[in-house]
Amino acid sequence: MSASSPTKSMTIGESGLSLTFAVTAFLCVFAAAKALDTAFAFHASLAAAASAASVFFILNRYFERGELPPQEINGRPNYNLGPIKFSSFMAMFWGIAGFAVGLIIASQLAWPALNFDLPWTSFGRLRPLHTSAVIFAFGGNVLLATSFYVVQRTCRVRLAGDLAPWFVVIGYNFFILIAGTGYLLGVTEGKEYAEPEWYSDLWLTIVWVVYLLVFLVTVIKRKEPHIFVANWFYLAFIVTIAVLHLGNNPALPVSFFGSKSYIAWGGVQDAMFQWWYGHNAVGFFLTAGFLAIMYYFIPKRAERPVYSYRLSIIHFWALIFLYIWAGPHHLHYTALPDWTQTLGMTFSIMLWMPSWGGMINGLMTLSGAWDKLRTDPVLRMLVVSVAFYGMSTFEGPMMSIKVVNSLSHYTDWTIGHVHSGALGWVGFVSFGALYCLVPWIWNRKGLYSLKLVNWHFWTATLGIVLYISAMWVSGILQGLMWRSYTALGFLEYSFIETVEAMHPFYIIRAAGGALFLIGSLIMAYNLWMTVRVGEEEVQSPVALQPAE
Amino acid sequence: MKPIIAVENIASSLVTTLWTPIFFAIFIAIVTYALWPRNKAAFDEAASMPLREE
Repeated sequence: MSASSPTKSMTIGESGLSLTFAVTAFLCVFAAAKALDTAFAFHASLAAAASAASVFFILNRYFERGELPPQEINGRPNYNLGPIKFSSFMAMFWGIAGFAVGLIIASQLAWPALNFDLPWTSFGRLRPLHTSAVIFAFGGNVLLATSFYVVQRTCRVRLAGDLAPWFVVIGYNFFILIAGTGYLLGVTEGKEYAEPEWYSDLWLTIVWVVYLLVFLVTVIKRKEPHIFVANWFYLAFIVTIAVLHLGNNPALPVSFFGSKSYIAWGGVQDAMFQWWYGHNAVGFFLTAGFLAIMYYFIPKRAERPVYSYRLSIIHFWALIFLYIWAGPHHLHYTALPDWTQTLGMTFSIMLWMPSWGGMINGLMTLSGAWDKLRTDPVLRMLVVSVAFYGMSTFEGPMMSIKVVNSLSHYTDWTIGHVHSGALGWVGFVSFGALYCLVPWIWNRKGLYSLKLVNWHFWTATLGIVLYISAMWVSGILQGLMWRSYTALGFLEYSFIETVEAMHPFYIIRAAGGALFLIGSLIMAYNLWMTVRVGEEEVQSPVALQPAE
Repeated sequence: MKPIIAVENIASSLVTTLWTPIFFAIFIAIVTYALWPRNKAAFDEAASMPLREE
C-alpha cells in the first residue's frame, strides 16, 4: 500500500477536467477582452479566474493525495462528506444573505428612500437577488447537502464520482455568484425565478446534468435492494428541474460577447412556458425536494418509521401526475385561453389530495413520539414546517379558484401565501434538517445548544406570523380597494390611496422579516459553535448518554 | 384525389387522444401495487429504512 503512491496516475476526471478548465480559462480571457458590455466582461473575468483556480486546485489535490479514497472501510461504506459540509456551510451563508436582502427590500417598500436612488440598490434589482438567494442559493444548497447525504445513507454506498460531487457543489455556487452579481449590474432575462442570462443558464445546465449523473449512479450502485422514498422525491426534483430549465430558457444571445439575449418563445406562449416553469419550480424544487427531506429527517429525528409507506408511494405519484398542469393558475384573466386557465385551476384543486396526503404522513410519523415535541426543539421545527406545508397547500388551491383569484391576484395576499410556504415550510424544514445534519457530518455528539434552537424557533415563528398576517390584511384590503366602485361607476380609490393604506402592514412585515433574520443568525452561531467546540462523537457501541 | 391516411398519423392521434386514460390506467396500477396486501410486509420494512443504518 505504502509503495503505491509513486505509481499513482491521474484519473480521467482529473486530467480531463483540468484540461477543460485550462482551455475554458483562455476562452474566458478572450471573451472578457472582446466583451460588449461591462457586466459580461466582469463575468467572463470571474469565470477565467475560477477556471484557473480550478486547474490549480485539481492538480494540487492530485499531487497531495495518495490513493483514491476507498469505497468501504472494514466492510462499512466510506461516506463522502466533504461536498456535504461545503453545501451546508454555503446554505447557511446564502440563507443569511437572502433573508437580509429580503429585509432590505421589505423596508424599501415601507420607506422608499432606502432605494438610495442608485441603480444597484433599487428594489427592481434587489428583489430577484432576494428570491434567487433564498430559493436557489439557500434552498438549493440545502437540497444538495441533504440529497448527497440521504442517497449515500439509504443506498449504503459512497457517493459516485471523485471530483464530480465537488464539481456539482462548487459549480452550483459559482452559478449563484454569476446570477446574483448579474442582477445587481442589471443583467436579467426578466423572467421571474428564471432571471439569469443565457451564459449562466448554459453553465447551470452542465452542472445540473453532472448532479443528475452523480445521484443516479449512486442509486444504481446501491447495496440496499429497495430505493427509499426520499430518493424518489430527490430524483423527481433533479429530473424535473432539468426539464423545466431547458423548456423555459431557450434564448438567442444578441452576441457571443454580450450579456443580452432574447427568449425563443413569443407572447402568450412565453407566458405559458414561464408559469409552467414557475409553478413547477414551486412543485418540484420547493416541494418534491423538501418532501424528500421530510421523509428522511422526520423519521430519523423522531426515531419512528414512516407512518404509511403505501401512502408515500401514492402521494409521490399523485404529486408527479398533477403538479405539472397547475401553472396556468398564474395567468387567470389574461390572454391565455380560458380553457387552459380552467385546466390549471382544476389540477391545482386536485393537488389538495396529494399535498395533504404528504402532510398527514409527515405528521403521523410522530405517532408514539409526540412527547418529543416538548423536549426537542429541532423536531418541533420539522413538525411545524409540515403544518405550514399543510396550511399553504390549502391556501394555494383556494387562491387558484378563479373567483378567489380575481380578488387575490397581483395583491400582497400572494406574497403572504408564498412566504407562509417559503418561511414556514421550506425554511423550517431546512433549518431542522441542518440542525440534524451538522452534528452528524462533523461527527459531533449533538448541537452546541438546544436552548438556542428554542430561541430560533420562537423568534422565527413570531416573525412568520407577523409577516403572513400583515400580508393577508394588506392583500385583501388592496384587492377590495381596487375593485370598489362609486355609485356613478368610477373607481373609488386611486392607486396611491391603496399604497397609503398598506403602509402600516409593510412596517409589520418588515418587523416579521427582521425577526426571521435574527433567528437565522442565532442558528448560524449555534452551528458554528457545534463545529468548533462541540464534543466529538465516539464511535463505540456504548449506550447513549442522557442529554445534559 | 383522396387524402392518404398514414399509419403514423393514426398512431400519433390515438396517443394524443388516449393519453389521459393511459395515464389514469398507469396511476391506478401504481395505487393497486401500493395497496396490494402481499406487498405490505415489504413496505413496512422499507418504512423504517432511515432507522436501520449503522
